[in-house]
Amino acid sequence: MKKTIKWRAILLAFTTALALFYVLPSLPGFDVFPTWWQEHLPHEKLKLGLDLQGGMHLVLEVDADRAVENATERWAGEIKSAFGKEKISLEKIAREGQDRILLRISKPEQRDTASKVLSDFGVLDVSPTADPSEMLLTLKPKETKRLKEYAVRQCLETIRNRVDQFGVSEPQIVPEGERRIVVQLPGIKEPQRAVELIGKTALLEFKLVDERTNDGKVMQEALAGHLPPDTEILYQRTTDAKGNISSIPFLMQKKTLLTGDSITSAEVQIGTELNEPYVSLEFDRVGGKIFSDITGANVARRLAIILDNNIYSAPRINEKIPSGKAQITGRFTMEEARDLAIVLRAGALPAPVRIIANVTVGPSLGQDSISKGLRATLVGAALVVTFMIFYYRLSGVVADFALLLNIIMLIGALSWFRATLTLPGIAGIALTIGMAVDSNVLMFERIREELRLGKTPRSAIDTGYNKAFLTILDSHVTTLITAVVLFQFGTGPIKGFAVSLSLGVLINLYTALVGTKTVFDWMTTRSDMKTLSI
Amino acid sequence: MIELLGKTKIDFMGKRYYAFALSGILVLLGLFGLLQILRGHANMGIEFSGGTAVQLKFDGPVEVGKVREALAKANLPESNLQQFSDTSRVLIRVKKEFAEQARMLDQIQAALKQHLSGRGFVVEGSDEIGPAIGKGLRKAAAWAVIISIIGILVYVAWRFEFRFGVAATIATFHDVLAILGVMVLLGKEITLLVVTALLTLAGYSLTDTIVVFDRIRENLRSRRKDPLHVLINFSINEVLSRTIVTSLTVFLASLSLFFLGGEVLHDFSLGMSLGIIVGTYSSIFVASALLVEWHAQVRTKPARKRR
Repeated sequence: MKKTIKWRAILLAFTTALALFYVLPSLPGFDVFPTWWQEHLPHEKLKLGLDLQGGMHLVLEVDADRAVENATERWAGEIKSAFGKEKISLEKIAREGQDRILLRISKPEQRDTASKVLSDFGVLDVSPTADPSEMLLTLKPKETKRLKEYAVRQCLETIRNRVDQFGVSEPQIVPEGERRIVVQLPGIKEPQRAVELIGKTALLEFKLVDERTNDGKVMQEALAGHLPPDTEILYQRTTDAKGNISSIPFLMQKKTLLTGDSITSAEVQIGTELNEPYVSLEFDRVGGKIFSDITGANVARRLAIILDNNIYSAPRINEKIPSGKAQITGRFTMEEARDLAIVLRAGALPAPVRIIANVTVGPSLGQDSISKGLRATLVGAALVVTFMIFYYRLSGVVADFALLLNIIMLIGALSWFRATLTLPGIAGIALTIGMAVDSNVLMFERIREELRLGKTPRSAIDTGYNKAFLTILDSHVTTLITAVVLFQFGTGPIKGFAVSLSLGVLINLYTALVGTKTVFDWMTTRSDMKTLSI
Repeated sequence: MIELLGKTKIDFMGKRYYAFALSGILVLLGLFGLLQILRGHANMGIEFSGGTAVQLKFDGPVEVGKVREALAKANLPESNLQQFSDTSRVLIRVKKEFAEQARMLDQIQAALKQHLSGRGFVVEGSDEIGPAIGKGLRKAAAWAVIISIIGILVYVAWRFEFRFGVAATIATFHDVLAILGVMVLLGKEITLLVVTALLTLAGYSLTDTIVVFDRIRENLRSRRKDPLHVLINFSINEVLSRTIVTSLTVFLASLSLFFLGGEVLHDFSLGMSLGIIVGTYSSIFVASALLVEWHAQVRTKPARKRR
């Protein structure tokens, strides 16, 4: 007996000490520990959930369907060029629905040539329609699937880029399900800016303004819905100093000449004249050449810089610009310019995202939750501890000791697993405290029963433990069942609760059975006890 | 030894018909609550229904009525207003159907700025949940409850015999329904935390029931001669002390959370506290009582082999 007591005591001491190492970093005053400690021994503080440290939790849904639509449009464009090269005249080619292209050739005799050209486009299935000069092209299902997955992945990466530049510590950006992205920004100070930064599609396009935009009659027709071929209406929305929004319509040539993909850098600069910030862009080599060609061929026309289908500015081209540099000016505040530069650098989102959930917790609220939660837990613990001593006297003290070990190990375990502590998690710890002593209560009551029957303390203790063991096991398993289910189906804070409860229950099996028993065994071997303070 | 109760000889099973009546009421209450939820008439949390919730801290104590007026003046739809014990803090909740307009959050802030002139406030926290999320969560919550109940049934049926398993599961069901009914009756917001409380108390109530069942099973082996209801009575009396004390310890912790834990945990701890009481009651008056009833019915059939 004595030997096993020694080993059990050592095991207990070891596990407690181990747990303590993991608990220490979260206690105030840890910084005084020397650097060698902080490097080689556990030094990470307990991770706090957003509800405790403040921050923002966003759930974004990627409009992957749009990505497919965009791709289909691009394919339509490529087919048009390919047909043009082979001199096949097209009467019409247009996207139908999400993943289909309907085309009509003007000369039925060119059908075979057309089919040949189309066979080069592996991702499209060609099917004839009732009309012999029409062909319906459908994007292969595998390709649509791939596009959607790619879109989500790209959005994730782009958003990650943007958030990285935003400067939040320990952001978390993870995919959820097929189309959702979860973004967690702990401790963020300007949630509004973050939301705009993340949600913006940020598609930058350069298009030429159609010269007829100054023609009142044409504009009137266009605004009524009769657009000249290959044109569209886009608006320039400006907000003046008073906050009034004005929208100026422009007649634009539809063709996108350059996009943000060709940008290698975007920096904020301050204009010398009015000290107003602007964003200076630099194109890559190919983009630079295209830009040079466009500006060279269209002097005196206006080139519009469009972000998300909104015209930022439409300056007149004064001369050919070979340098591959451009400027975006507008009424920016320093912050707006900075955010625009971030978004251009990180790139456009391949598909629009929608924010479907936004939970923001201010830091004061988080702090408040921590203090209330801790206070309630401490008071609860005090009540339980006091009751145990009062009701079970010395044995109650032993149980309380086991409870203390239990808590230390629980917090240590949370730290070790890098589990996140949330407010419900703190509640879980409080409940674990109440449930932890239950194991001891069951044992003690059984021991009391045996003592009443006249057994000796040692025999009562042994029988008590043996008989109570299975009941204790059962009760822990049932609590575990619900805790595990909660972990599976719950959201962040609930998961925190489930983790606290599960770990608490598991550790309790250990401390109650190994811990308390060891102490009792030790007590009975020391002296031949006639009575047991229970 | 200090004992809360000495050797008791309460005839629990004798009173079981009163208990059935009480339990019947509780279960009906619970079913009513469930019905209300399914019909959409219950106060569901924002995470289930979708919508916007914003917690504001004003520069000083503020009258809820004035806030309501300010929102009404801005034509903002019927919103749920709650004031915290710290009277400068207000929680405004607007449910899904209305919150689909862009940025209800901005509208609320603008309305307050405009119509509650001079009162400064700070947004302490906000929840904006779209309807898609709510649907997913409702499903998850329902599944969680179903799987928990199945898990419980399977486990108890495995550890004890089938009768016990069913009785324990019914008792657990009873507890969850009772507390759900009370929460709906009190008009409490049914949030994911409340569902958590329901599931946790389900697990805990089972713990309590098992303590009693263990003793019943032990006595079934050693005291075969006694009629069942006498044996069950005896068993319950034997473990009464420990049933109450184990519940008491968790009750103390849960009560502490209720009084000191803050608003977020308030409904959760209320559910837990009431649940512990009901759980203890159900171990005696529902689970064990059902065993007696079941056996009494079985008695009329040809004698079956007792395990």
